Amino acid sequence: MTEWKVTGKEFAKIPEKFMPGHRACAGCGPAIALRLVMKAARGPVIATNATGCMEVVSTIYPNTAWDVPWIHTAFETAAANAAGIESALKILRKKGRIKDEHIDVVAFAGDGGTFDIGFQALSGAVERGHDFLYVLYDNEAYMNTGIQRSGGTPHGAWTTTSPAGEVIPGKPQYKKPIADIMVAHEMPYVATASIGYWNDMVKKARKGMEINGPAFLHSFAPCPRGWRSETAQSVEISRLAVETCVFPLWEAECGEYKLSPKSKIIAMKPEKKKPVEVYLKTQRRFRHLFKPKNKHILDEIQNNVDRRWKKLLKACEIE
Amino acid sequence: MKMTKVEQKTIPLNGDEAVAYAVKQCDVDVVAAYPITPQTIIVEKFSEYVANGEVDTEFVCVESEHTAMTCSITAAATGARTFTATASAGLALMHEMLGVASGSRMPIVMSVVNRALSAPLNIHCDHADSMAQRDLGWIQMYAENSQEAYDSIIQAFKIAENLEVQLPIMVGIDGFVLSHTLENVTVLPDETVKKFVGIRQIPHVMNHRGEIVPFKLDPEKPLTLGPVALQDYYFEHKRQQEEAMKKALKVIKQVHNEYAKQSGRSYGNALVEAYRLEDAEIVTVCIGSTAGTIKTVVDDLREKGIKAGLLRLRTFRPVPVEDIISNLSGKKAVAVMDRSSSFGGNGGPIFIEIRHALYDVSDSPKVVNYIYGLGGRDTRPIMIESIYKDLQNIAKTGQIENKIQFVGLRE
Ligand SMILES: Cc1ncc(C[n+]2csc(CCOP(=O)(O)OP(=O)(O)O)c2C)c(N)n1
Ligand code: SF4
Repeated sequence: MTEWKVTGKEFAKIPEKFMPGHRACAGCGPAIALRLVMKAARGPVIATNATGCMEVVSTIYPNTAWDVPWIHTAFETAAANAAGIESALKILRKKGRIKDEHIDVVAFAGDGGTFDIGFQALSGAVERGHDFLYVLYDNEAYMNTGIQRSGGTPHGAWTTTSPAGEVIPGKPQYKKPIADIMVAHEMPYVATASIGYWNDMVKKARKGMEINGPAFLHSFAPCPRGWRSETAQSVEISRLAVETCVFPLWEAECGEYKLSPKSKIIAMKPEKKKPVEVYLKTQRRFRHLFKPKNKHILDEIQNNVDRRWKKLLKACEIE
Repeated sequence: MKMTKVEQKTIPLNGDEAVAYAVKQCDVDVVAAYPITPQTIIVEKFSEYVANGEVDTEFVCVESEHTAMTCSITAAATGARTFTATASAGLALMHEMLGVASGSRMPIVMSVVNRALSAPLNIHCDHADSMAQRDLGWIQMYAENSQEAYDSIIQAFKIAENLEVQLPIMVGIDGFVLSHTLENVTVLPDETVKKFVGIRQIPHVMNHRGEIVPFKLDPEKPLTLGPVALQDYYFEHKRQQEEAMKKALKVIKQVHNEYAKQSGRSYGNALVEAYRLEDAEIVTVCIGSTAGTIKTVVDDLREKGIKAGLLRLRTFRPVPVEDIISNLSGKKAVAVMDRSSSFGGNGGPIFIEIRHALYDVSDSPKVVNYIYGLGGRDTRPIMIESIYKDLQNIAKTGQIENKIQFVGLRE
């Protein structure tokens, strides 16, 4: 497969499918992710959304931000929605009831709808091999219901259900390695992406659509509301996540891991790897970790990031 | 009814197979399903059709009933004719999505092979599963036998897809009593059914660009389906569902009559079936397969000169209020039989509907409730006879001793 190449100038000219005028907060990372992914579509495309911020901000009846066919059914159903759409397209095309052309099917869901409640449907749809791209926009908590912890919330983070209290300082558990779990499905394509690197992200989105069978794109997408971060800093924070190896960029085709350029640079020049603290400091959800008594948590987080980074390098066969 | 011209054949089928056979003939585009006893035979039979190339259907063996219903919704939204089947716990797991299906106005057909709900775990017949879903905006029909199951599934596609209806339908068949019992079922030729159901028609609506577009996911004519609707619009959506239900009453009759012309088979007026009711004084009301047993008891009682009758509801949602009133007003005593309990309620779900429908009628009969057959408990003729005996007493004295009773129960 030849890789889709697009310059900023060309990309700007592609008509929007996720339109302006939606009601996302200023600096919303997920909204950027949706816009980028939708612009990467090859041609005819059908989108579906799990319940969550992105659904709610974009489809308040009688308005809509979607200039493509779009459907929402429930919170845990993004992958099942895609499975139904894809199955219908297949048979209707075969019976000559719709035009004989390929239609990309893209499912969007947040971390809650993916790591937690929607995981069963996602795993099932991937096992059955439906041809669709699943985009996880990861803002690391249930934002639509007011910032509660999910299986995607990082260790130590404050949320309204993992508050930073006197005894328990933020979320005690670690983030579920969702993308690796998807790789373990031996599916055709899994990739991580970040709104901090638009070009890498749209290329991966396009590849996920072009690949035959299920594809999974884990997109890092800061939420200024929930992360207690500056609205103007979402892109910068996304880059810091990559530069600290909190969120490395990679792709895996049929289980074969490969680092993407931004993370590869760090792999090649380890001195470029920034300490996790510079990333954590940008968000007040981690504020309590900088109290002296919580120093050990910062160390734990750093150790965990290092451990996972090492594991990834090994998977990418970089020693 | 004018008799059929088409050549039909009679084959031995159990209720599940009869459903699968009907689905095979209806040119269904997508079937998404998950096994659960006593529905499993439908899925198995249908897999055979798929494996043998007898159907042109995308069959999705999903990982749960929740996904089965979700896939059905989005497949229907893409323009496909869709079918699924389930029972009991499977139906309960679908609960959330059932409301999405009807609220999104997706004409899905589903057979529900009625079975008790846990706990305790029980796989046998009662109507607790579908009654628990009665307020979710699905049309609910219940078949008396496998023949009717076959006929109803075919009719269901045409009712659901009617442009004025656009609602999902569940057709209930009694678990094991029908699902696993072999009967002679007379089936129409494939071509006749195919022509009868036709190709799915899709209504048109206005999209965000102000264009009139088909109500489906079509890249050339984008439409946002399943949006958020708040205080300013939600209520209107729900009111439209209510209207569609009202229209369904008429459409169910229309489709039934049209089908009767082809097949020679009809079931009362489509909504209710009145059995020896005209001059009856004491009447039972029921849904599903128990009607068969009741009919034989009614015949026996009639031989003895007792004016017994039966009203079988074929359609439970929408409730055929007018037919209930016209058939039951003026009767002396009515026993409503519920094969499910509404715990802590003022009687079973059918009882509540029937008694309520008769409240405004001047010559309303005495109405009592019998909860029966939960978890597959056998309902024998002798129990039905005892109910008619009670009704005779009530008719004579005008007194009701126990409004709600349990029959066939070990006290
Ligand atoms: C079955 C069910 N449980 C709970 C909810 C409430 N709910 C709606 S959106 C949501 C959180 C969504 O979080 P996430 O998937 O992370 O997306 P985000 O809001 O962050 O975009 C929850 C809990 C629901 N809609 N359905
Ligand atoms: S709460 Fe967060 S994810 Fe939701 S719209 Fe606002 S910034 Fe975006």
